[in-house]
Amino acid sequence: MNAASQSASPWLGMLALLFVAMFAFAFLRAEQQWQVAALAAVGTIGLLLMGRSNMRRIESSWAAHQSSMQWTAIVLSAIVIFLFREDHFALLMIATVMLFSVACLGLNVQFGYAGVVNFAGAAFLGIGGYTAAMLTARPGIPHGFVILVAGLLAGLIGSLLILPLLRTRGHYAALITIAFAILFRTFLEVSDTFGGPQGLKVSGLRIFGWSFNDNIETPWGGEYSFYLNYVILSFLLLGVAVMLVRRLEYSWLGLSLDAVRIDETAASVFGFDVARWKIVAFTLGNALAGVAGAVYAMMTGFVAPANFTLAESLILVSIVILGGVGNPIGILPAAALVLILPEKLQAIQEYRYLLFSLFVILVLLFRPEGLLPRRMRVYAPRWRSP
Amino acid sequence: MDPSLLAQYVFNGAMLGIIYAMVAVGFTLFFGVLDVIKFSHGDVLMVGAFTGLTTYLALDAIGMKSGPLMAAGAMLCAMLAMAALGAAIARWLVLPLRNAPPINVLLITLMTGTALREAVRLFYPAGANPKPFPNLLPSAALPLGDFALRTDNLILLFVGFSAVVIVHLLVTRSKLGLAIRAVAQDAETAQIMGMNFRRVVLITFALGSALAALAGVTAGLYYSEINFGMGLLLGVIGFSAAVVGGLGNLYGAILGGFLFAALQTLGAVWFTVPAYKDVFAFAVVILLMAWRPTGLIAERSAERV
Repeated sequence: MNAASQSASPWLGMLALLFVAMFAFAFLRAEQQWQVAALAAVGTIGLLLMGRSNMRRIESSWAAHQSSMQWTAIVLSAIVIFLFREDHFALLMIATVMLFSVACLGLNVQFGYAGVVNFAGAAFLGIGGYTAAMLTARPGIPHGFVILVAGLLAGLIGSLLILPLLRTRGHYAALITIAFAILFRTFLEVSDTFGGPQGLKVSGLRIFGWSFNDNIETPWGGEYSFYLNYVILSFLLLGVAVMLVRRLEYSWLGLSLDAVRIDETAASVFGFDVARWKIVAFTLGNALAGVAGAVYAMMTGFVAPANFTLAESLILVSIVILGGVGNPIGILPAAALVLILPEKLQAIQEYRYLLFSLFVILVLLFRPEGLLPRRMRVYAPRWRSP
Repeated sequence: MDPSLLAQYVFNGAMLGIIYAMVAVGFTLFFGVLDVIKFSHGDVLMVGAFTGLTTYLALDAIGMKSGPLMAAGAMLCAMLAMAALGAAIARWLVLPLRNAPPINVLLITLMTGTALREAVRLFYPAGANPKPFPNLLPSAALPLGDFALRTDNLILLFVGFSAVVIVHLLVTRSKLGLAIRAVAQDAETAQIMGMNFRRVVLITFALGSALAALAGVTAGLYYSEINFGMGLLLGVIGFSAAVVGGLGNLYGAILGGFLFAALQTLGAVWFTVPAYKDVFAFAVVILLMAWRPTGLIAERSAERV
């Protein structure tokens, strides 16, 4: 660490978080098209004006005061969520962003840490969703267990790809996941058991008799949107996933994964079991996607092959790239940008894939490490170099 | 099996095979010179097919009557336009990322493909709907037992084969091909020997993309329909074919193309639900990759450490 972080005050980071929260609130609240467009413009211009050096300072402030920043972020998110307690659409968006972030964290472990490409992320979301659809149709299976099974099953089905993935590299490995993504979608479309192109209905989540699909009646007579249930659940899931991924990154597991990604040959010379780490990362990532997929399916109430195409997988990969490969913190804003902006800005709804692909092209050309690049690990935040 | 039915399957398989092989040859050429996968290839094919359709409409509007001439015009225009598009993609999107991780190149070309696909869907008149492609070639059928061999398909098969053979001769016999192979083997040494690296790369991309355009128009004439999404699956199939055959190897690409067509045809025969043919073909591709990780005809050079 250098002089910049010594002077990093916690207030700078907290102020930045506050701004992010206020911006998110305003953006979700905006209803008129011109408001959305104006906010998008303000956000872009603000980021541009702030420049890279100020970004660095904010980031080092976050890095230097991790635990207080975490609590600030949690409290601010809770406030924002609470402010939208009656707004179905905003809550749906928030939950979607958080669930997709969980899936992208999984991809991040695979691709950002272990260097295993996965162009079938949406297929693993789909495995989770279809597991939820099949199991919730049978009474008597506790839904908490269903979510768990969805994750396990996604990991298990992913393990079918492990042998070919371990034997191949680079483009050859990419082809295997792409082939799997197409195979999965085609299979669902022609299979009668899984409902064909129309897909299946999924019943809402119910844990310990608490139905997630009923509006919450408050003791003082008000009613909160039922999506609040899912938002809280996805918030918890995201918290667990972020914690898991952070712990993983900072442990010797993360170091091993990095070694495998950066140079397989050198890693195996130094005694790392390359195959083992790739399997760990791939299975863990798919399991995270499966869990997210199950909750997402229960929230939206149906699953269909059209939601789990190669194009959707590409959107997941793009979120990871945009956020900054290997940086779990960048995923949330990237997911929000990719998922919410087209929903809010109706004018670009029709053009969203076009604009979005052009945007990713520009990022790859001019900022190939993503919007928030991954930083070197800091094992001891308070450590000062002499 | 009934011989005429068998002949029908073999002929359809050959038709698919030649289309796939044309796409796969492009992939393998690009990988050869630059070690990159240009994933927008399938969508370049689709834009080529739409260029062909537009050319036909224009020729029709100025009063041209002869079908085969219009078909030739459509093919030629599509090939020229796509050669330019392919070179432009290489110049502005692929070459700048030469030193970036390969995954970035894969991603940027995937996104270019998406942009092309969306642009056609949004901006081509009624581009979201499938477009009927006119039957330009003489469609008289030669009856062989119960199986009718259509002349237009025979012509398409012949054109496709000649195109692949011409590209093969170009790469193995001509001075340009020598330059392409030199750059493929060792770009730095080739540059030291005075080859214009950028020019060779751009010409290679133009060549591959022109072949894709031909494949697109062929697919349009064969299926009598084109749509904005046709490139995605054809691109992935072409990529699979090139990879299964062994990237960077022309014979491998051709072999892979026909192998994939054979798998699809077999899948269509074996399964009662014909749609399972793609599931079957892609599953076999995954298994083949597990068995021969660098393709059936493996890369010659040892892996660089």
